[in-house]
Amino acid sequence: MTNNNQNINLHKGIDGWLILMYLIMVTIGIACITAVEFRPGENLMKSFFEFKKNYSKQLMFFFIAIAFAIFILLTDSKLFTLTANLQYAIGIILMLLVFVIGSKVKGTESIIKIGGFQFQPVEICKLFTALCLAKYFSRPEVDFQQSKHQLIVVAIALTPAIFSIAQHETGVGLVYFSFFLMMYREGLPAIYLVLGFSFGGLVLLSLFFAAKPYIFMGIIATIAFIAAYILRKQIKRKRNILVVILLIAAGCIGFQKVGVPLIFTKVLKGYQSTRIFSTLGMDNPYATDEKSEAKKNGEEYNVKQSKLAIGNGEFLGKGYMKGTLTNGSFVPEQSTDFIFCTIGESFGFLGSAFYLILYALFLFRLTIIAERQRSTFSRVYAYCVASIFFFHILINIGMVTGIMPVIGIPLPFISYGGTSLLSFTIMLFILIRLDADRQMVLR
Amino acid sequence: MYNAGRLRIIQIIFMGSIFILLTRLFTLQVLSNNYADVALDESLIKKIIYPQRGIIFDRKGRPIVTNNLVYDLMITPSQLKKMDVIDFCQTLNIDTTTFYKNFNTALNKKSLLKSSSQPLALYEMIDATMYNNIQENLYKFDNFGVYLQERPIRNYPYSAGAHVLGYVAQVDTAYIRRSNGFYNQGDFAGKSGLEGYYEKILMGQRGVTVLQRDKNNKIVGSYENGKYDTIAVPGRNLKSSLDIKVQMLAEKLLHNKIGAIVAIDPKDGSIIALASGPSYDPNLLTGGSFRAAMRSMGANPAHPLFNNAVSMKSPPGSAFKPLGALIALDLGLITPSYGVGCSGGYNACGRHVNCHGGGHGGSLRSAMAASCNSYFINIFRRVVDDSAAGGKVNGYLTWKRYVNQFGLGRKLGIDITGESGGYIPDTARFNKEFGFEKWSSCSMFTIGIGQDKMEATPLQMANFMCIIANKGHYYPPHFITGIQDITKKDTLLNKYLVKTEPVHLADTLYDIVTKGMEDVVKNGTAKNIKIKNVEIAGKTGTVENATVLNHKVVKQKDHSVFTCFAPADSPKIAVCVYVRNAGFGATVAAPMAQLIIKQYLNDSLDKKDSLAANTWYKKTIFPPYLKELKEEQDSIAAFNEFNRTGDSSYILSYLPTPPPVLNLDSILIAKNNANIKLQQANKDAAIKNKTNEDEKKKELEKNNKENLINTKDDKNKILKPKPKPKN
Repeated sequence: MTNNNQNINLHKGIDGWLILMYLIMVTIGIACITAVEFRPGENLMKSFFEFKKNYSKQLMFFFIAIAFAIFILLTDSKLFTLTANLQYAIGIILMLLVFVIGSKVKGTESIIKIGGFQFQPVEICKLFTALCLAKYFSRPEVDFQQSKHQLIVVAIALTPAIFSIAQHETGVGLVYFSFFLMMYREGLPAIYLVLGFSFGGLVLLSLFFAAKPYIFMGIIATIAFIAAYILRKQIKRKRNILVVILLIAAGCIGFQKVGVPLIFTKVLKGYQSTRIFSTLGMDNPYATDEKSEAKKNGEEYNVKQSKLAIGNGEFLGKGYMKGTLTNGSFVPEQSTDFIFCTIGESFGFLGSAFYLILYALFLFRLTIIAERQRSTFSRVYAYCVASIFFFHILINIGMVTGIMPVIGIPLPFISYGGTSLLSFTIMLFILIRLDADRQMVLR
Repeated sequence: MYNAGRLRIIQIIFMGSIFILLTRLFTLQVLSNNYADVALDESLIKKIIYPQRGIIFDRKGRPIVTNNLVYDLMITPSQLKKMDVIDFCQTLNIDTTTFYKNFNTALNKKSLLKSSSQPLALYEMIDATMYNNIQENLYKFDNFGVYLQERPIRNYPYSAGAHVLGYVAQVDTAYIRRSNGFYNQGDFAGKSGLEGYYEKILMGQRGVTVLQRDKNNKIVGSYENGKYDTIAVPGRNLKSSLDIKVQMLAEKLLHNKIGAIVAIDPKDGSIIALASGPSYDPNLLTGGSFRAAMRSMGANPAHPLFNNAVSMKSPPGSAFKPLGALIALDLGLITPSYGVGCSGGYNACGRHVNCHGGGHGGSLRSAMAASCNSYFINIFRRVVDDSAAGGKVNGYLTWKRYVNQFGLGRKLGIDITGESGGYIPDTARFNKEFGFEKWSSCSMFTIGIGQDKMEATPLQMANFMCIIANKGHYYPPHFITGIQDITKKDTLLNKYLVKTEPVHLADTLYDIVTKGMEDVVKNGTAKNIKIKNVEIAGKTGTVENATVLNHKVVKQKDHSVFTCFAPADSPKIAVCVYVRNAGFGATVAAPMAQLIIKQYLNDSLDKKDSLAANTWYKKTIFPPYLKELKEEQDSIAAFNEFNRTGDSSYILSYLPTPPPVLNLDSILIAKNNANIKLQQANKDAAIKNKTNEDEKKKELEKNNKENLINTKDDKNKILKPKPKPKN
């Protein structure tokens, strides 16, 4: 599985493709932020070096990130294996600290301010968790087929997620669920994924037919009947299978009757359930308060505007800095979570497809790199990184095109934001560093 | 390395998800145009630049139609909920109810295809005072898509020529559809007169500027560097043959009269003046006063909007006689020395037709000068009964062919809308009326003196004068003699350059008739209008007429007609004056024609003539039945209004000042009807609730009493109308 095409002497094993793609994406990002903020008549060069506008700030963050990247490339890979657990502990402590000294900035509660410097522990903690998971897997006694180890891995992965959700950072919290992809690669039985998807399908179905339970029951009954028909020979031999099928069907109906209302009224906040329903293009049947209504309207407006902006690009795009909705500031949060609208409107389907294919190649490259590692630590870490990037792009672009709920997570390397750019850069360059030492066996 | 095969599955999950996103993007960006349309609609604003319509000049280069700037107050519906409407209404000095009423009207007017992000006109064509009042304070609402839209409207510096120039009005949906989308909602187009006929030349082209705006409705800049902008192209100017001074005089003379004056230059068929009475100030039909003016003029029984000069079909009377003479002469049935004995009237066929001036049928000249009815009936019958033609049908048709050739009974193709062809009856008409066997030249001989069923328009009579003046030919009468930047594509004027001679008669025949017409003014029926040094060849006409009132034919005062051209030896102007119910041709129409000729030939009137013109201006000649018609119309309107609203005070505001004597009966009947309805309703209610019948009865009586009192009050109100506010 090793790739010998790399010229080890020249680059010391550093993967040039990843760095190239990284640079292209950051450049696209800064260009897009510029398009969002720049208005005709301004002196571009001047405002770039005043560091007051977002695009010049992003450029500054990029310089800082590069400094970190170079520092990482100069360090020893062993540093990361040695400190992985420590970093995870620090991350958890930081997240706990947020509950004590966290301050509210722009409606986000999970920010720690130290002097003039502010950062979000949840963003950094993804990296620490990935390192910690890699470390755990790299231990020789770990056998992922045992449920004890499976439970520990899930606990490591989901503890920060629970803290994130508690800090109202649902979006970032959900990112931790992407580690299941890595776990699948590491031997988590496929049945869990199948069960997970089935459960997802069940949830979707029961939401779609929340107001029409009889149709839902009909669908479940049909599925049960088909299952019984397919398994009719086994059922003849073992009557219990029929009982199991009936129990599962009853459970599904019970879930829709009792579970869904319970989750949507007691567990989820009003705006969260509304958000999920609005993605399905439905009104929230459990909505009660005006506050969530207002928030829903705001989100619907955002998504409507972002869809219009992307649709406005048509096939070839309006041209750089010529997007009419971008120039008219119609899309809220356009430099952060909704940055993809700028690509969509300026460069059209052609540009968007180019960007998505670039990203697909990036993910593909990550998996190839993951598989060529000799040490489990590096491989697990690489899969963690790939999963995180995958999840971000899927949710973010799904959100701006209106096929995913509005979950405020940034588009890696493109969205404006110092912490985000820095943490993704560090995450990527640690991988590059580890990959450079792929011949070593790290523990 | 176990589980390595799962790499493929993970890669498939990655690529599959990216593929789903790509598909989604493809539907958003390529398959659906809707998003792009809505996005552009939201982020762009189209500002329309209305073009200046072409200016029309008179024959001396004076502008008779120009343009004024007015403003439309535009607002953007989608911004309304963000806007402080109360503050906005205060700025406009209106209350919110009026605002929403206006807003809804404007919204309904707009075509459904347009979205709520595009502006619409809340107030159209606000005048200078309102503009000054609101313009300073309007900046507060800049962010909400409120602005003033410039647009040019028509302006008539001489307040004359309403019927010739026509008017422009906003296009309706049917018009837009017919134009295949060339016109848009809110555009103006010429609807009648020259404005209507030359619309394509006058209108110019609407300009559009497409601008980018931000979400606060601020203009960010131009869209695609103005790639989709079009500049407004002003309409082209027209040069007309009207002499605005003559036109104004003609309108002055026809003030408070029903009739028409047409003056044509026989040399090229260009019209010097064409007036219809009663007329109106064309400025009334521009700007905000359009609707009210249209409504009040539409209700006027004298029909000021009707162009009598080209649309009024009426018997020409004795003014037809020169043509009768020409026909008989050309057929060789008479010679100039032919004479008919006349003893004050025509007695034949068991009928008697009076001569106005007493019989002088000794020769054609004397018969013409004296307008001898016997003479012209005689020669008409000779044409119809002509044995050479072979029978009455062919005889009559020969006569009719001549008449048509001289421009009567057919359209001449004037360049304004609403032209009528007049009417020359066919033999079929006589077959139907008298039976084929029975009719003869006796049955309808008054056609020979321009009476009976023959109908011509004043324009046709003036054109007939042109043919005599030119000894046989004419140019189709028209107003427009030149188009600015004319190209070969502009074919509108070509037909007016064609010399038309439908029938060739010997010049000598024209000379004879002209001599007879000169005698009319020298020593004949119209000797009162002689002008020094200018020979006028003219012919008076006095048209007997009747109208149907209350299903009875009532004889009315004669129409006064005079047709002429001058100077007789080298004609420069041909005139037809037609004043309805004014009496003898010589007393009203002829003096008017004289003033027109003087004004045109000298370009001014002397003191005595100006005085005479003013006297005519002050004189009101309306047929008496017009008043009755007006009263009938008003009482019907008041009755309907009362039946609808039950409010008698509305009747009063509905009436013009000073109010004519009202038909009180009809109103009382209406009131009584209402009472009866009320009683009936009460009775029904009483029957339904059989309990408390006594009480009901009492109430009923009480109601009736109250109603009676109300009726009395109404009567008082009607007798003492509220004074209307003076402007």
